[in-house]
Amino acid sequence: MQTEIKFAGFGGQGILLSAKLIAYAAMKQGSFVAWVPSYGPEMRGGTAYCTVVISDKLIGSPIIKNPTHLVAMNRPSLEKFAPDVKKNGIILINSSLIPVRSEREDITELIVPANDTAIQVGSVKAANIVALSAFAAKSELVDMEILKKCIKEEFAAKPKIIPLNMKAFDEGVAIARQS
Amino acid sequence: MAKVLMKGNEAIGEAAIRAGCKNYFAYPITPQSEVAEYLVKRLPEEGGVFVQGESEVAVGYMIFGAAGCGERVMTTSSSPGVSLMSEAISYIAAAQCPAVFVNIVRGGPGLGGILPSQGDYFQATKGGGHGDYRLLVMAPDGVQEAVEMTMKAFTLAEKYRNPVMILGDGLIGQMMEPCEFPDDLKTEATNKDDWATNGMDYRKSDKRNLVKSLFLDPTELNNNNLILKAKYDKMRKEEVRYEEYNTQTDYQVLIVSYGTMSRVCRTSIDLLKKDGIEVAMLRPQTLFPFPEEAIYNAATKENCKSVISIEMSMGQMVEDVERSVKGQREVEFYGECGGDIPSPEKIIEIIKGLL
Repeated sequence: MQTEIKFAGFGGQGILLSAKLIAYAAMKQGSFVAWVPSYGPEMRGGTAYCTVVISDKLIGSPIIKNPTHLVAMNRPSLEKFAPDVKKNGIILINSSLIPVRSEREDITELIVPANDTAIQVGSVKAANIVALSAFAAKSELVDMEILKKCIKEEFAAKPKIIPLNMKAFDEGVAIARQS
Repeated sequence: MAKVLMKGNEAIGEAAIRAGCKNYFAYPITPQSEVAEYLVKRLPEEGGVFVQGESEVAVGYMIFGAAGCGERVMTTSSSPGVSLMSEAISYIAAAQCPAVFVNIVRGGPGLGGILPSQGDYFQATKGGGHGDYRLLVMAPDGVQEAVEMTMKAFTLAEKYRNPVMILGDGLIGQMMEPCEFPDDLKTEATNKDDWATNGMDYRKSDKRNLVKSLFLDPTELNNNNLILKAKYDKMRKEEVRYEEYNTQTDYQVLIVSYGTMSRVCRTSIDLLKKDGIEVAMLRPQTLFPFPEEAIYNAATKENCKSVISIEMSMGQMVEDVERSVKGQREVEFYGECGGDIPSPEKIIEIIKGLL
């Protein structure tokens, strides 16, 4: 069983970090994982994206054209990658920045006002954590407690921002549960 | 130690430290700059030194200097940078100094692009620099193997007193995968007192050591080349490494592929198996020495109709595959090298065309 998640948005939205955190949590649960960033010229001004592959066996090609799920943090990412998502997948739409929808009938849309929620808990910078936790809760790909621990570990050098990110995490979970 | 999730570039840096490398000289170039970024922080913690050279040409000779002093030393670069170092690599091989070079290959020729490629196969295995020298070349297919090969590279470089190259690509450098650093791959540095310019006081000797690559006397130069050749012959006997995939089946096609490309092929083989088509792969882990005999044996298995070399290049390793198969089977080639890695579906289409 292999699952692929594409995280996409502007550079600076914490795309690579969200992707790393879910890969890290899956690794801790004993899965094979690969985290593949886009490092091409697209990073300058375009969409930054990153693919995480989670598998119960050794991962072959880590280059994925059609991911199982998509976490879209901005409009260009949704428009560019939504058509690629495999059917029955989840497409998370950051509705704070994206006024449109995927126009797909064969997937599950998860609408998350990630920026607005992050601003409410204290900083727009935590929008990626809101989206990550909402996606993780909906997809049930990783254990939520392990994911929470991974976030705390990631921010261990900046303990001041942990409570903010924990609040963002809980809000993201709540949004996913209500949807 | 538990597994950690690391970028290939950072893992290579950590592996060098774990292998006892205290000297790292480099010049930044995408897609491998994270090695320097990592080591500039980590090396001083271990009592090591990082110097950023003014160019790759300078870095090549910094490596020569440290290696000539008998130190464990490494540099990392990417294709155009390795071209600039190639003169020094030739000197280092001629002077029989151990050193580790990592090439995280990007697209070429010229400035090319920054995405993954395997276009430096010839440069690595046939000599980017001048003269009769070889590098021992290892090609990892993921982060864990990049760690293990980097650690082993220091031991092998000292065993042969010859530069060793790790030939990765942009994907291996940029990707994060779980990895661990096996303690048993760290070896004690060999005693280099009989050749290295490590100081007469240091080695308590009255004998002067001279590290050189200039041999104006024809007999002396010929003798030095014979010494080098004997080492390369020994590598061919002792250091060939490869991995077989699905070779226990009654396969009709044998793929030869290495590094990132081999992972795509592995996925294609798994998918073809579901359709009842058996295809095997032989993945060279050492590109020099090349697994000639293993490829010959796998290619000449009864039902194997054809052999195909699949590369992210316009056809380089295929020449070694042809040489290995010795005309016993048709050897085909498929390659792409703009930076987009061929998809498993594309490989399946190519394989089906051979049946």
